[in-house]
Amino acid sequence: MAAVEPRASQSSGRGARHAEVVAKILLAASATLAAGGILVITLFVAASGWPLLQQTGWWAFVSGRVWSPGTGVFGILPMIAGSVLVTLGALVFGCGLGLPAAIYLAEFAPRRLAGAVRQGVQLLAGIPSVVYGFYALTVLVPLIRRVSSGSGYSVLTGGIVLGVMILPTVVSLSEDAIAGVPAEHRLGALALGATRWQTMVRVLLPAARSGLVAAIILAAGRAVGETMAVIMVTGNVARFPSSLFDPVRTLTGNIALEMAYAAGEHQEALFATGLVLFLFTMSLNLLARAAGRRKRPG
Amino acid sequence: MASKFIGITTAALLLVSGCARTIDEKSALAGSITVAGSTSVQPISEVLAEHFTLTHPGVRINVQGGGSSGGIKAARELAADLGASSRPLKPEEKGLHEFIIAWDGIAVIVHPTSPLRSLSLDEVKAVFAGSVVNWRGIGGPEGTIMVVTREEGSGTRGAFEEIVMGKDPITDRAIVLNSTGAVAAAVAGDPLAIGYVSLAAVRPGIAALSIDGVMPSAEAIASGRYRIARPFLYLTAAAPEGVVRAFLDFILSPEGQAIVEREGLVPVN
Repeated sequence: MAAVEPRASQSSGRGARHAEVVAKILLAASATLAAGGILVITLFVAASGWPLLQQTGWWAFVSGRVWSPGTGVFGILPMIAGSVLVTLGALVFGCGLGLPAAIYLAEFAPRRLAGAVRQGVQLLAGIPSVVYGFYALTVLVPLIRRVSSGSGYSVLTGGIVLGVMILPTVVSLSEDAIAGVPAEHRLGALALGATRWQTMVRVLLPAARSGLVAAIILAAGRAVGETMAVIMVTGNVARFPSSLFDPVRTLTGNIALEMAYAAGEHQEALFATGLVLFLFTMSLNLLARAAGRRKRPG
Repeated sequence: MASKFIGITTAALLLVSGCARTIDEKSALAGSITVAGSTSVQPISEVLAEHFTLTHPGVRINVQGGGSSGGIKAARELAADLGASSRPLKPEEKGLHEFIIAWDGIAVIVHPTSPLRSLSLDEVKAVFAGSVVNWRGIGGPEGTIMVVTREEGSGTRGAFEEIVMGKDPITDRAIVLNSTGAVAAAVAGDPLAIGYVSLAAVRPGIAALSIDGVMPSAEAIASGRYRIARPFLYLTAAAPEGVVRAFLDFILSPEGQAIVEREGLVPVN
């Protein structure tokens, strides 16, 4: 490489420099477009939802318990609760399964087995969410119906489906965090006579903590934003659930369910819902970044 | 292989469009029509458009969804030549030219294993309003009724609310699903469920109830005996002319109405 490069630049001196400038401009343009996209979308969503928020008031919209577009009453507190509950459920299942899996993959699994498991988990990420939803609708919903007195469309069902869907995020990011702990930590602990399990619990996990927290928060962001699979299994009832077996409606579900027919004020209310959702995921992302930055391992 | 296929397809398309142009010159009719609105009307619009353009290759018909409210708005704002609605217009929406192209019945559906075969309109209303929550309350077996409804704004829901519910809202405990297929699947999967779908969507695996002793059928809807029925409307802002007029004439002709009937809907006459 090093031997080739100078000769190449010598042979076509000015041309190469010219190409470099053009490439730089093109790359900068792409970057601007990509960043501009988020700006345009944010502005559009904000501008579309704004009139309604002005009319009902921010607080009334966010804390209202009744959603009845037919009569012009727009309150999304039940949907906020729905999103939060389903996401918490997803974290319980996703992290309950994903963190131990990541620990096993990072430290204990034989190399070839780890490779196979990793591939399998990554494949989960490639399954379209409508397929998750359809599977859950035909298998999980009837199952939950049988074990509960409810309809099967529930917080729990949504939590389980989303838990599986966030597994790839949880597993790969957590494994990276653990693997990113400097080797001296591990070697030092083992040299002091700690077992591998003691090394994991006392040294590696604490050192990787910030990375693990970031992984969990990013997974939560993914769960909050998921739509299709959730609509299919949570029942979409816009009221507070009183148990895990009660149906709920999430913020994303609220938008996706009603957007096809919404017009006027109703449509503005859906954009306003989108704005709230946007604030949710935005703050989760910022949190994740802050958590990841706070304490670098080592 | 792929590139050869693309080449052939392109050639075929060029050929077809070339043909279309020559026929176009012979045919008196040319132009394009945009139909937008109710997703319940969309399938029949597509089939009618397909048949119409077979005999009038110079006409292009673009069928879009958007919902009944969207269709009414599109017709008023001239965003579409024909707005499609699956509910009657509200008083404040009047002022458009309305053409009933077909009638659609809404079937109240339950699981096939349900012993219940018939309900009165009042019983249906009580169930969907949430004042009866157990099947026992309407002569069925013990068990909590799982009510399934469509989302706010859906044409089917709008028609159901207007015809069955009147001023009372649908219970906020009802499961909300956003397509006819999802409602049918939910009811097919739960012996305690009750829902409503277009008559055309009734299929094996779900059972339609008779209402006030009348089973939903084309004859019962046409004669007005089956009460949960709604019109499929095409709307225009001004009196239709040219290709739009021709398309409407085709739909209301015996040939068009035969297509309507074949698609599981009820002809206008």
